[in-house]
Amino acid sequence: MLAIYKKELRSYFTNPLGFVFVGIFLAVSALLFSYTTFLAKTYDTSSYFLLMIFVLVILLPLLTMRLFAEEKKLRTEQLLLTAPISLTGMVLGKFFAAFTMFFGCMLVSCINFIPLYAIAAAERGNLSYSTTYVGPVTAQIVGCMIAIVLIGAAFIALGTLISTLTENQLAAAIITMAAIFGLIFTSLISSFVPVAWIRTALNWISVLGRFSNLSKGVFDISTVVYYLSLTFAFLFLTVRVYEKRRWN
Amino acid sequence: MIKIERLTKNYGSNCAVDDISFEIEKGETVGFLGPNGAGKSTTMNILTGYLSASAGRVSIDGIDILADPIGAKRLIGYLPEQPPVYLDMTVDEYLKFNYELKGCTIEREPHLAEICEVVKISHVRKRLIRNLSKGYRQRVGVAQALIGNPPVIIFDEPTVGLDPKQIIEIRSLIRSLGKDHTVLLSTHILQEVQAVCDRIIIINKGKIVADEKTENITRVVEGNRRFNVKICGPQRDVLDTLKALPGISYVELLAQKDGDACTYMVESEFGVDVRKKLFYTVAERGWAIIGLESLGMSLEDIFITVVNKTEEDIPAESGKRNKPSAPKRSRRTRNTLENDLADTLVKDAEQRRAEAADEVIDEDI
Repeated sequence: MLAIYKKELRSYFTNPLGFVFVGIFLAVSALLFSYTTFLAKTYDTSSYFLLMIFVLVILLPLLTMRLFAEEKKLRTEQLLLTAPISLTGMVLGKFFAAFTMFFGCMLVSCINFIPLYAIAAAERGNLSYSTTYVGPVTAQIVGCMIAIVLIGAAFIALGTLISTLTENQLAAAIITMAAIFGLIFTSLISSFVPVAWIRTALNWISVLGRFSNLSKGVFDISTVVYYLSLTFAFLFLTVRVYEKRRWN
Repeated sequence: MIKIERLTKNYGSNCAVDDISFEIEKGETVGFLGPNGAGKSTTMNILTGYLSASAGRVSIDGIDILADPIGAKRLIGYLPEQPPVYLDMTVDEYLKFNYELKGCTIEREPHLAEICEVVKISHVRKRLIRNLSKGYRQRVGVAQALIGNPPVIIFDEPTVGLDPKQIIEIRSLIRSLGKDHTVLLSTHILQEVQAVCDRIIIINKGKIVADEKTENITRVVEGNRRFNVKICGPQRDVLDTLKALPGISYVELLAQKDGDACTYMVESEFGVDVRKKLFYTVAERGWAIIGLESLGMSLEDIFITVVNKTEEDIPAESGKRNKPSAPKRSRRTRNTLENDLADTLVKDAEQRRAEAADEVIDEDI
């Protein structure tokens, strides 16, 4: 598993894809951050995180599209499948490599918060008295970070699964985008459904609907479990795809 | 070391490997021979755990590939048909990756250096695999298979796409590996198995059609001595003289003419070299031999004969295929292969000669 993890991580930086991903991710996150906070003159970061989820829809498939599709095309999957490692190890190695890329970018993008805190500190210094708290809510930021990292993990797992189904990287990327959109839009669809119980059910499985809890700074264990189990389910299916392919 | 029992693999309704069984002893070098689509690669893929069998058992050194896939895979070095190399890695990175992937415990640097030395890629270790030629990629693939010094080495068509010099190098490499490894090698090049293997298994349409020691097959090849001889002289007299010569089992006049010389096809009796005697006899009569060309029987002949023979056999046998008769059948094949071959070949030759004779007569008229 470690060998595959290292190899995948290295390969992100031996071809332009990794640099493109990191560059675009940081640029877009900084841009969105300044639009949603500095220019909007607010300390509320929730709309930044919400928009970031949509950015992930576009960017994460770039990370996952090549994971298995390329192996299949170059026939190198034969090497991995005949090596003395388990299928689970192979899938996890690849998943964690993509996840590390995403997580690293997410952490680096936290420098966006520094100016926000600096401005808040300056404003507090200018005010002689203050009835309300001025500045970003740290709990909310932490909650959103956790939520977005978990959502990202689920998206990456879904992308990993889809990457096993095709040898064409572009197809893998586009199908992944569509599938992730599907996951997100269940909550948007639910608002148009007149039947109450369907609405509840759709909200329950909706990625975005769950996000709102954490983004309010409320740590909801069921949400965390939900995202983790989504990730687990997709990874499990990926292993199954390979298991099944052997028997065909 | 490798044991395959009643292995069957179906792709949908298409049966790629049909109930084959064989065993390979430790230290043997076995050639796995068959036309395209015979099931060679499928068998190898099952052996290495890439595919699973529809039925049957495969075990490597007593470890069942399904019960303990990781343990069994640890014993195997596998070079698939297409070398599984990552184009965006250097040779060094690739080998190190494989070293880690296989969880080797041998000390890394000397081990990799030794392997590179053996397959002669030491001077390209820093280069990107993308920029290497097909031959070098193939060697990198071989190097990959050798990492960790596995006791069983499986090569799927290792010399495809190489130049003649590289082919010779790879063959001698395989031969030297065969000294202390169990090697299974698939190919459709007959000289290759003859050059490097102790034993040949021929497979066609998913069934084993022959399983013989190379030397036995070679004996069949060399035991059958046929040659074309060009003699200047009166056709009928020459023919009669040749027929009268002891040690010659068959003579016939071929249609080719070269000035006043005619070509005769001569077949000697098993194990008798009649060429000298032939020369002196003909010379005594004052005729001249202006050409002598050994036809021999090539491995190709054997291969085509065996393969065609089984194709004829299959419809006849389909009636009794329900019975588990496979092991018995293969034993039968083993004992009588030489005889079968000889018979079929003689018949084949007769048929061809008959056709040729007709042509001669036509020409005479």
